[in-house]
Amino acid sequence: MATRNELIKKRYFVFFVLPLLAAFTVGFIIPFIEGVWLSFCRFTVIDNASFTGIKNYISAFGDKGFRAALWFTVKTALVMVLLINTAGFVFAVILTREIKGTAVFRTVLFMPNLIGGIVLGYIWQIIINYVLSVVGAPLLALNSTAGYWGIIILMCWQQIGYVMIIYIAALQSIPDEMSEAAQIDGATYLQTLFKIKLPMLFSSIMICVFITLTNAFKLFDQNLALTSGEPAHATEMLALNIYNNFYARPGLMWRGIGQAKAVIFCIIVVMIACAQFRLTKEKDGEYNE
Amino acid sequence: MSKKEKSIDLFFTVIMTAVSVIYVYPIFAIFINSLKKESAIGTNTVFKMPDTQTFAGLANYSDAVSAKGFIPAFLLSVFITVTSVAALLVFCSMCAWYIVRVNNRLTKLIYGLFVFSMIVPFQLVMFSLSQTADRLFLNSPWTIWLVYLGFGAGLAVFMFAGFIRSVPIDVEEAAVIDGCSPIQTYFLVVFPMLKPTLISVGILQTMWIWNDYLLPTLVLDIKKYKTVPMLIQYFRGSYGSVQMGPMMACIMLTVLPAAVFYLVLQKYIVKGIAAGAVKG
Repeated sequence: MATRNELIKKRYFVFFVLPLLAAFTVGFIIPFIEGVWLSFCRFTVIDNASFTGIKNYISAFGDKGFRAALWFTVKTALVMVLLINTAGFVFAVILTREIKGTAVFRTVLFMPNLIGGIVLGYIWQIIINYVLSVVGAPLLALNSTAGYWGIIILMCWQQIGYVMIIYIAALQSIPDEMSEAAQIDGATYLQTLFKIKLPMLFSSIMICVFITLTNAFKLFDQNLALTSGEPAHATEMLALNIYNNFYARPGLMWRGIGQAKAVIFCIIVVMIACAQFRLTKEKDGEYNE
Repeated sequence: MSKKEKSIDLFFTVIMTAVSVIYVYPIFAIFINSLKKESAIGTNTVFKMPDTQTFAGLANYSDAVSAKGFIPAFLLSVFITVTSVAALLVFCSMCAWYIVRVNNRLTKLIYGLFVFSMIVPFQLVMFSLSQTADRLFLNSPWTIWLVYLGFGAGLAVFMFAGFIRSVPIDVEEAAVIDGCSPIQTYFLVVFPMLKPTLISVGILQTMWIWNDYLLPTLVLDIKKYKTVPMLIQYFRGSYGSVQMGPMMACIMLTVLPAAVFYLVLQKYIVKGIAAGAVKG
């Protein structure tokens, strides 16, 4: 251990850490602390903030729009996580069989990830509105059911390829001997897949579920571009609801309430992260024993 | 391979071909519409191929490029992405190396804060971040990289630290014995070894910053500066009067560089995603 500390003298902190720490303080630590503090204030800009205690939190929970956005987020998130991971996993299994065209399929399925949320939302708005007009249903701006499934379809289109890449890497890291041994013992292909491979992929599945769940909760650009919460905030997700509190809602109290909502939102996301962390830890522990 | 397995694989190829066609179709639809005349674009003709009557050639593209301010937006996006990613790669890898090699309570605390910052949703910090950027005069395209460096540091430090932990310390010790200072050791010995992670982090951050809409919207003055996502959202915002043809040309011009970037760097992108996930 002594050599370690001699390797970099502590005074090099100034050179190696301080520049980033300064930027991090400006870009995260100050905004975070100020953000939490402002959730207890009434303000329109930081200079006119006045402390109001937990009033913002009471108003936030009392806001029907917020509760509706929370519920909408939960029900889209759950369906998205399920569909994206199931499809991503199935495609990964198919594409690790080394069928003809694997490289092309993998390229195509991942491609939408490179396109930004705003552009994705706009592309799908055009497509979905066309389909709706063909079947004679109201367009997205007036059709919350279409808005609900629209955002799910959009996110599937974007993220299936992403989790598929992770599942492919995980499947390929399983040594061939394992499945060969199982097959010699008489296991069928599907038995090998579900009984041997699936348990070994547990940590990858956890990671993908966590990534897709957090992405779903934090979803903003796609939501803004596809429906911007229309009709009448019925397809508004948490992040957009908070954003609208800040930049689209008249009234002196709304920024404070928006900030309180953001703190609640943050606590939810942190709880998801902790749950994932503990689950992965426990399972890893089981394997190590 | 048995006959049965061969036919199963053929079946899968057919299925995946169908899936791929569905996947490409939305972009293809935007592409064919971007070639149509304005009057021929409507919700009920989206999937019709352009014919001699409706074909507009590249008129929408030249319109998007000349009248809609696409080129300045594109250059601005390139500039912001390149400066921010370069800063993230240099400063975050330096910091991660120090954190891993000088393993004490302070560096552990700093590392913990970086990891925490990855989880926090942008909405919590968005208002005070934009105000802080204003107060410190970071609200210009020349300085926005500092904001990205601060807010994006978490993932980068996390990935670099994960990699550095797996690198044996012997090489660095040898360099010190040969008379290298820590700064020389870092830049001559450690930094070149980080190449795979530099590429992974670079790609992940490029994808994020290139497509980011909200942070530049809140930090920059939209009247003066628009990145590509800002430009597209800006034109969309003015609903009734929006010209669909040039809009779709804009979309294609945005998708195209992303597609080229992807096809050229595909190998690294795929590795980067997998590496980022394993460490996530």
